[in-house]
Amino acid sequence: MMNFDYIRPASVSEAIAAASEQGATYLASGTNLLDLMKGGISRPSRLVDVTRLPGLDRIERLADGSLRIGALVRNADLAHDAEFARSYPAVAEALLSGASAQLRNAATVGGNLMQRTRCAYFYDAASACNRRWPGAGCDARHGENRLHAVLGWSEGCIATHPSDFCVPLVALDAVVEIEGRSGRRELPLEALHRLPGDTPERETALEPGDLIVALRLPAEAQGFAAHARYIKVRERTSYAFAVVSAATGLRIEDGKIREARLALGGVAAKPWRAREAEQVLAGAAPDIAAYREAARAALAEAKPSGDNAFKIELAQRIVVRALALAAAGTPDRIAALPGSPFSSVTGA
Amino acid sequence: MTSEIHLTRDPAHLRHGSSIGQPLTRTDGVLKVTGKARYAADNHPPGMLYAVIATSCVARGRVKSLDVAAAKRHPGVIDVMTSAHKPRLAEDPDAKGNPFAFRMELLQNDEVRYANQAIAVVIAETLEAATEGAALLSPRYQVEIARVGLDAGESYVPPVVGIGNPAEVVHGDIDAGFAAASKQIDATYETPVQYHNAMEPHAIVAVWDGDRLFIDTPSQGMAMAQMRIGGLFGIPPGNIHVNSPFLGGGFGSKGLVSGPQVLGVMAAKLVGRPVKLVLRRGQMYGPVGHRAPTRQRLRIGADDDGLLTAIDHHAKITTSSFDDFYEPAADASHTLYASPAIRTSHEAVRVDTGTPLFMRAPGEATGSIALESAIDEMALACGIDPLAFRLKNYAEVEPTTGKPFSSKALRQCYAKGAERFGWARRPLAPRQMRDEAGHLVGWGMGTATFPALMFQGNARAVLRADGGGVMETGAHDMGQGAWTALAQISADALGLDFDQVAFRSGTSDLPDAGIAGGSAHTATVGAAIHNAGAAVIAKLADLATSDERSPLFGAGNAGVVARQGRLYRRDDETRSDGYADILMRAGLAEIDASGTGAADPAAQSQYAMHAHGAVFAEVKVDPDLGQIRVTRMVGAFAAGRIINPLMVRSQLYGGMIWGMSFALHEEAVTDHRSGRILNANLAEYHVPVNADVPPMDVITVDEHDPHVNALGIKGVGEIGITGSAGAVANAVWHATGIRVRRFPIRIEELVMGDIARD
Repeated sequence: MMNFDYIRPASVSEAIAAASEQGATYLASGTNLLDLMKGGISRPSRLVDVTRLPGLDRIERLADGSLRIGALVRNADLAHDAEFARSYPAVAEALLSGASAQLRNAATVGGNLMQRTRCAYFYDAASACNRRWPGAGCDARHGENRLHAVLGWSEGCIATHPSDFCVPLVALDAVVEIEGRSGRRELPLEALHRLPGDTPERETALEPGDLIVALRLPAEAQGFAAHARYIKVRERTSYAFAVVSAATGLRIEDGKIREARLALGGVAAKPWRAREAEQVLAGAAPDIAAYREAARAALAEAKPSGDNAFKIELAQRIVVRALALAAAGTPDRIAALPGSPFSSVTGA
Repeated sequence: MTSEIHLTRDPAHLRHGSSIGQPLTRTDGVLKVTGKARYAADNHPPGMLYAVIATSCVARGRVKSLDVAAAKRHPGVIDVMTSAHKPRLAEDPDAKGNPFAFRMELLQNDEVRYANQAIAVVIAETLEAATEGAALLSPRYQVEIARVGLDAGESYVPPVVGIGNPAEVVHGDIDAGFAAASKQIDATYETPVQYHNAMEPHAIVAVWDGDRLFIDTPSQGMAMAQMRIGGLFGIPPGNIHVNSPFLGGGFGSKGLVSGPQVLGVMAAKLVGRPVKLVLRRGQMYGPVGHRAPTRQRLRIGADDDGLLTAIDHHAKITTSSFDDFYEPAADASHTLYASPAIRTSHEAVRVDTGTPLFMRAPGEATGSIALESAIDEMALACGIDPLAFRLKNYAEVEPTTGKPFSSKALRQCYAKGAERFGWARRPLAPRQMRDEAGHLVGWGMGTATFPALMFQGNARAVLRADGGGVMETGAHDMGQGAWTALAQISADALGLDFDQVAFRSGTSDLPDAGIAGGSAHTATVGAAIHNAGAAVIAKLADLATSDERSPLFGAGNAGVVARQGRLYRRDDETRSDGYADILMRAGLAEIDASGTGAADPAAQSQYAMHAHGAVFAEVKVDPDLGQIRVTRMVGAFAAGRIINPLMVRSQLYGGMIWGMSFALHEEAVTDHRSGRILNANLAEYHVPVNADVPPMDVITVDEHDPHVNALGIKGVGEIGITGSAGAVANAVWHATGIRVRRFPIRIEELVMGDIARD
């Protein structure tokens, strides 16, 4: 078999030392990595298993009112944490709309942030892919690409980031805590994932050895809890990635949108924060005209990377829907079909 | 909403001794849910090695080199089987000894015919070593441009379609039919490449003992597998012992032994040790068959009264570059609707894929979604309700042959299904219904049909002196419930209670039960069991009526009836004799007899034999986002005698879900340049998840058919797909006003199709 070292460090510093070597990679639940290894797409020479590291599986409210989520907290545990779901309902909804129940039970918060694209050409070892092999070319660009990126793509890569979880997180200014060889640092989640440009192989801002130890949601993000939604269009009801998704949070005061947050999923190589749309909404009345203008602004720079022009239209409609639903108020509890346009259908 | 079948078994006096018709739960259910059912890949004979196939990543070309040395250097690798190093075969795997002998890739040369074709087999002490050995082969290819899709090359008229059906069938005068039409539709529908995707991959554990071969492998046709393997290795079929107690689904892909399974046998021969070979999921997209894509043009004419005057159904399909199987899509128009003129025709294109094969309802599934969509379009053109239109054009006799139906309770299916569904409240125009959340609601229907086929099968019945019985038949349980349904028939055939009969099945050492396919297994094997039971009862009656000590002495064979372990004098039921007593007095430990089940050619020439049904579907569609959700399905089916209503309901549910999957989910995506399938896994090749499956209602309509076979069985394995796919597609139209003619229906068709127009 293809041999690799398996290391189970006892501390974060040991983990960093072990993972700083060429060819080493962190292993959490492996819901993505193990598939990649079985397919021969990822062939690490060393796996550094972080799942037993102490202290990384806690959810805690910090003194400044922010919520700190350990990188090893399981997706399902986080989504079902009552305080978390009450404070950041769109994030909980996004989590529960992702993957399948079995995967959510296993997958960790840190692993979710670090999952790779689902571009079929990335997973097909015989295809040219600049992410896997810099300079090889991109077979997706003129291939079967109806689900590929419409924002922020380059000729070198048209892949999308698959996470649902990251979409509301980036809208809410989540911060990633990183431990690395040069100590501890913080990074806005928005800066973690990179657009492909000329270096699609550099997917994140992490350096060798860097370990995400926690995710933090700022206190002010709770201000959107009353008007927060995540809407995801997908090709089956569960266990399917978003064709396009949108997360939004509104602060509505005196009949006006004081502040809006909006991010899109399934449209770019990173969760896509739509700041232009947020500016359109700030100060506007919560009505369909404002939502449509915001949707236009969010997708103003979009262009098809292939057979996917429909995603630009669909994304605008999802933005309008997400804003309208958020303005109507966050539901008391997450629907039986989280994120689904059918979540309001009784009995569905 | 869902009707309940009560699972209690009626007491014997209420069911008149019959096990047939009782909703027994699966006899193998506990084994399966406790993991004790041993599937092929669960076997580990001593000394077993693991074989892993190395597959081609090009769709057309030649293998120029393989780094066999690198693979062999890897620790644990025992041997690498290649075109230059393999056991000699007695028969060319490309020979066509019979129409069912599909060509297979057994490393006979360096040619690559499709992506995922086997190009070598690595045999090692562990699965991991074999897997890595296969990766180390680093093949180099001479690549040729792959031919992909329905427009890949020049088309031709295939010699036959399906199993020996003519490619073109003309009934009546098609031009005259269209000349008489005041309304005409001309629409083209496309269906994608689909893969069987049985939960259990093709797997084999092969053990040679001299010139005898023992294999554990899932098979829908063990005797045919023996024949094929025997031919390839030059040994008598009887030397091959196939063990196949359970299949994790087959759907046609395990009907014929596949190339990878034979490679496992070759590997075992090469290394002289037992070998296990299990396909990875991705490797199933190539060598084990698929459903070919279709492009179907339907021209339909109708007169002012809404009566059909012509149906012209033409299908373009693909087959492989090296063999012939033609999805008989247009044949779906032969039997369903009365029309003075019907023409069906096919053309084919060769592409660089594995050879397509029978996949659950081959021809009927693809053809039905196109025909049912087109009939819906014609009903609209005529301004007639789709159900009324179908009733108006109800076929009283089989349209293309003029034969009467052996039985056809389709009218009752329409009526019962429509009533349960509430069809009468359906507005004629689309986009008329919304739910409380504002979603568009649509109702659609489709007619289901599938031929009542029979193949040939055998069974052996035994009655024992302890009063019990045995029924033996090499039948195949694909998950449909053969272990249970055939045991029920066995009990009745022997005049015993269900618990008194040992039912033995699932191995080729038992009488050949034919093939589990064509929805014909229960009918075929059931008839064999029925006949074997009758034969052994006749022997028993002979013993009793010629024994002076028996109360039945002198009654004669025709004069007794078997029930609950006793023979009764037909004209005087106070005189009876128990099985055990008869055998003990005769000094016999047991008696046995054999029976065969097969179609009756006389009845077949006289009657058209089909199961029928009507499926009604409700969908909801998001009016802006185009996401579709099926919210309700009702299917009413008339399929002759129902052996086990619980299992039949499950079969029909499964078929209806498959139909919904056909309309909305399933599609293999092929890169148009490389010919590689890009979603060769169950994460990206979508089938419905539980959350997609709506409340479903299955109604079985009583149907007594004295002609199909002695038991009146028509089969339920495939019919559930037909009708259902069209019903969902028609419901999407009714919800949105957008007629999507390319399947599966995708979100973009609705988003860009102006779904949000009001």
